Amino acid sequence: MNKSKSVAFFGVCTALAMILAYVEVLLPPIFPAVPGIKMGLPNIIIVFLLYRRGPIPAIAVSLLRVALVSMLFSNAMALLYSLSGAILSLLVMIILRKLNFLSTVGVSVAGGVAHNVGQILMAMLLLETSELFYYLVVLTVTGTIAGILIGLCGSLIIKRIPERLLKF
Amino acid sequence: MINMKIDSTKKHNRNDIIFIVALLLIATFGALYLFVFRDGGNTVKVTVDGKTYGVYSLNENITEDIHTGNGNLNRLVIRDGKAYMETATCPDGICVSHKPIFRDGESIVCLPNKVVVTVTTTDTDSPDVVI
Repeated sequence: MNKSKSVAFFGVCTALAMILAYVEVLLPPIFPAVPGIKMGLPNIIIVFLLYRRGPIPAIAVSLLRVALVSMLFSNAMALLYSLSGAILSLLVMIILRKLNFLSTVGVSVAGGVAHNVGQILMAMLLLETSELFYYLVVLTVTGTIAGILIGLCGSLIIKRIPERLLKF
Repeated sequence: MINMKIDSTKKHNRNDIIFIVALLLIATFGALYLFVFRDGGNTVKVTVDGKTYGVYSLNENITEDIHTGNGNLNRLVIRDGKAYMETATCPDGICVSHKPIFRDGESIVCLPNKVVVTVTTTDTDSPDVVI
């Protein structure tokens, strides 16, 4: 594997994931009554990498993306929340991918919901309160819907990017 | 090295649907529990950084400034039996745009200032002394 080409490739992937995270912030809130709902657009890149390049690149790009976006656009607290969501989401997606009983859509849905669960668990830990189940219910539904859309997008990209473009 | 087989067989798609329906069912039961089977509460408990800051009655109209340290402030308003956050110094303003709460267990959370406002029920109707 050509080292400089793979550096460039994963750099572009990270940049894409960051841009998608930024675009997401610019979008109007989908459901104003419960703030904080996001599409999870960067997960398209993560799902793509997970299926076409394996778990290690997916983990690397995801964690880099979270760290960079938090440093650029928000604060250390946001980094903690995003990181816990991203880590749980990656874990769940990698395990489900290995178990191989769900398609890309199912894996992406699980990843989306796991991201929400991770963030809420972190919030419960930091705020020492268990009264966040209200969010969990709403976020499970929105996470599922977002996961389906992201999974469909991801599976199209996974199928259509030819392997010769990914040969280094 | 990389498994190029794309998993989109009929079996996978069927499992997907079962998985998604199961998730939505769990969420539905959760929502039923939260929104239908719970009554309105009568007090509002405010905690800052995990410590109790104050307890207020939902039946009185009050405006309470919650000072969270470092000059940060969350203004809690209770009006017509509902509590909401009027202003806050946090950067995201998520707590301010949260809808008013009144059901038992509902809460408004301000992550940056570590403020949690929760509706609870306390037995204020019970007699002090039973003769």
